[in-house]
Amino acid sequence: MARFAFRRLAAALLTVALVVSITFVLAHLAPGEPMLADAERFHVDPARVARVRAEFGLDRPLATQYAMYLGNAIRGNLGESFTMRRPAVALLLERFPHTALLAGAALLIAFAAGIAVALVQATRPGSWTDALLSGATLAFHSTPTFWLGLILLVVCAQWLGWLPVGGMTTPVEHQAMGAMGRMLDVGRHLVLPALTLALVQTAEIARYQRGALLDALGSEFVRAARAKGLAERAVLVRHALRSALAPVVTLAGMSVPALLAGSVLVESVFGWPGMGRLTRDAIVSRDYNLILAAAVASAVLVALGNLVADLAAHALDPRTTL
Amino acid sequence: MTAGLVAPSPTPWRQAWSRFARRWPAVLGLGAVLLIVLAALLAPAIAPHDPLAMPDPVGLRAAPPSWPHLLGTDAFSRDMLSRLLYGARVSLAVGIASALIAVLLGGAVGFAAGLGSPAVDALLMRGVDVALALPRVFILLAALALWDDVPLGAIILLIALTGWFGVSRLVRSHVRRLAAEPWAAATTALGGGRRRMMRHLLPHVAATIIVSATLDIGNIILLEAGLSFLGLGLGPPTPTWGNMILEGRDLLFTAPWVALTPGLALTVTVIAFNLVGDGLRDALDPRAVARSAAGGVA
Amino acid sequence: MSGPLLEIRDLRITFHTAEGSARAVDGVDLDVRVGETVGLVGESGCGKSVMALAVLRLVEPDGIVGSGSSVRLEGRDLLALPAKELRAVRGNHIAIVFQEPASALNPVLTIGDQIAEAVTTHEKVSRREAWERAVEMLALVGIPDAAERAHGYPHQLSGGMRQRVLIAMALVCRPRLLIADEPTTALDVTIQAEILVLLAELQRRLGMAVLLITHNLGIVAEATQRVYVMYAGQLVEEAPNVALFAHPVHPYTEGLLAAVPRLDRKRDRLAQIPGQVPPATAWPPGCRFHPRCPYAWDRCRTEMPPLLEAGPEQKARCWLVQEPERRHQGTEGDGSP
Repeated sequence: MARFAFRRLAAALLTVALVVSITFVLAHLAPGEPMLADAERFHVDPARVARVRAEFGLDRPLATQYAMYLGNAIRGNLGESFTMRRPAVALLLERFPHTALLAGAALLIAFAAGIAVALVQATRPGSWTDALLSGATLAFHSTPTFWLGLILLVVCAQWLGWLPVGGMTTPVEHQAMGAMGRMLDVGRHLVLPALTLALVQTAEIARYQRGALLDALGSEFVRAARAKGLAERAVLVRHALRSALAPVVTLAGMSVPALLAGSVLVESVFGWPGMGRLTRDAIVSRDYNLILAAAVASAVLVALGNLVADLAAHALDPRTTL
Repeated sequence: MTAGLVAPSPTPWRQAWSRFARRWPAVLGLGAVLLIVLAALLAPAIAPHDPLAMPDPVGLRAAPPSWPHLLGTDAFSRDMLSRLLYGARVSLAVGIASALIAVLLGGAVGFAAGLGSPAVDALLMRGVDVALALPRVFILLAALALWDDVPLGAIILLIALTGWFGVSRLVRSHVRRLAAEPWAAATTALGGGRRRMMRHLLPHVAATIIVSATLDIGNIILLEAGLSFLGLGLGPPTPTWGNMILEGRDLLFTAPWVALTPGLALTVTVIAFNLVGDGLRDALDPRAVARSAAGGVA
Repeated sequence: MSGPLLEIRDLRITFHTAEGSARAVDGVDLDVRVGETVGLVGESGCGKSVMALAVLRLVEPDGIVGSGSSVRLEGRDLLALPAKELRAVRGNHIAIVFQEPASALNPVLTIGDQIAEAVTTHEKVSRREAWERAVEMLALVGIPDAAERAHGYPHQLSGGMRQRVLIAMALVCRPRLLIADEPTTALDVTIQAEILVLLAELQRRLGMAVLLITHNLGIVAEATQRVYVMYAGQLVEEAPNVALFAHPVHPYTEGLLAAVPRLDRKRDRLAQIPGQVPPATAWPPGCRFHPRCPYAWDRCRTEMPPLLEAGPEQKARCWLVQEPERRHQGTEGDGSP
């Protein structure tokens, strides 16, 4: 087990290092130097530009910049945001809990709903219900997340006025609420973005699990279970579901990249103050230190997610000896 | 009076096609895809207006659907329908070209790993494993963030280069599995080299590749749209469905069609490609082939 | 006991496939008496496995059972039982041992759990007691360190062990009838012998009847008292064990026996039955075996023979029973593929 964990950890570190290198290379390869383009546009004094460039080390040769970046990264320093003049890592850490809340809620909803839908479908394959649900999951699987968010925004927030239009808390009022009130307030604001992020994931999970459940239901051991005289319900839950859910931890780990990418879009649409929104703002203001830092952060999170999922799956699978 | 004689059976491809055509969703998807591709190709000819023209920025600003602007106008009084048609060109170009390149690249690497020595295989697949863990979207964000006026080719290449890893794993395992079969060994025993082996394996693996590519197209279209929505990639005034939604966002409550129609176009297009992809996968599934070949009930 | 334990009458099972309707089992009558071992022999594709599943109604809803069919266990028609009562029969009065031990066991549940599950489904006992019964059964079927092994998982056992576990699972509720569907096909020859010995031993101990389904004539010769031969969805011969092997009547049975390689006779080539089993969607007219039969004549091509009495307790579905002289007229029919 220890060896397994060690190997996985090494792979994760390698991946993160690779991401750091790639994003660095890409950011510097792409035409357009940070600060320069804006400087021209805003007619900034060239001497000032030169000074700031020197400050950020942009006038050094590329290799040196890379070495500096790598060295700093290991120490947890991913540079300073150009626009906000604060360490990128600090900014990301501040927003991380908000994104974690959003992504966590979305993951829970997606798994619960996805498995429920798959169960309904797999127990009546070929029926109208099955066809309808298949159509629905296909439609949601094919919908752009950000557009879905906008629609939900229009429908729920504007037309129906049920839920707030954006942000994580109600401005001003939030401070005045008690602890319970504050939690509810955040909860109300969480509904739409979490739902948006979850819907596409739900479709994915439902599509996948439907197949897995059908396979399990058609398998020999399910038939053997029926031959033993088990009621259909017991067969479904104890045998089919158990076996189809075996990879659920791995699936959860694999959803992390999609959730992170989705959070960039969803947080932008709903103004949710998380890492995703920070990334988008960084893009808009061409704050490339922050963009690079966000890329590295996402790589770390994905690697962590995969690592945890791998270890958990390995531990839970009866086929492996610990 | 022998029951042994059987009529010559149709080729596997012909059989696959008839399996595909039997499912109406797949055929519907194919029809939709062809329609959309046609509309995109003919956009310069059939678009009622110039997608970049702003005839009346004040009077026709965000006008609701009416004649002559069948889908209304956007914030700059540009015709929505024409912009949608031109936007289709971008989405389809990126989707199809990137998927193609990714699949060719992944296929090549997959074959190399599948047919190569264990050392080569291990090396390539280790690399692919690490690459699969990379957060694709964020890398693309980093690459495009500082780039104004990204050429279409660059977007296509970047998306393709970050997306071929899964295919290579798929192809590699398929090749490995096939190469272990007795008939493959026979090829080598008869003096066939790598080239000949590839020729024999290709038709089998082709099915996997085709399905993978088709299902990829939808994802890539959504990816490009997402990037456009964030303001990356092809810049304004070129219409892409993604940046049309971005521009329509401010008008969401007052003129919803500006943001809604491009999204609808995206959804319908991706659904169509996914229907085709699903249909292809079911039609080309080797288990389906085996089932119909076995005939009666065992 | 007056009547047979299991009485199958006119069993018809149809599947609707993309290529048409397939009548996998076409009017089969079969009896199993208390305590006896009955063999059901045939090639793959003849419908024997479908029959096994049909007894416990496991082929539904894909397989449609004919309205005139009946499967009586001690007089009760299983095909007419409501679901709850049917479940009480499954695993309890009648049990099945499946062919593939690897896939018939759930990989994520322990062996002990899977066996105990059979107990708790049918008897009101505590989980502890059910577990103990399971361990007992494992020991009975010859699993060493049964108590420990019960906590293990299927993948930790060899093929032969897994088959023993399947047998334990089937027998833990002391069924009156065991249906064994190709119980040794997936196993090595040496293990096959062990399993057969085990089955015979358990049968003696528990006084149960066994319906042994297989394509392996060697097993049938060893283990059964009566044999049914199946071809293309129908029974073509039934006879007591000795009679079948000593003087088979139906040409198909002859062919099967002739095809068994023997060390005591010198032969240049293995004998074959020419041709192939026809697909269930396209039976030939008349006798279904006629395209492959060395004796076939006009009558065979047009008229389907019923099961005719050919000897004491021996029946065959062949016109040769009425016209035995044709057997020695030399081959005239088309045995060519």
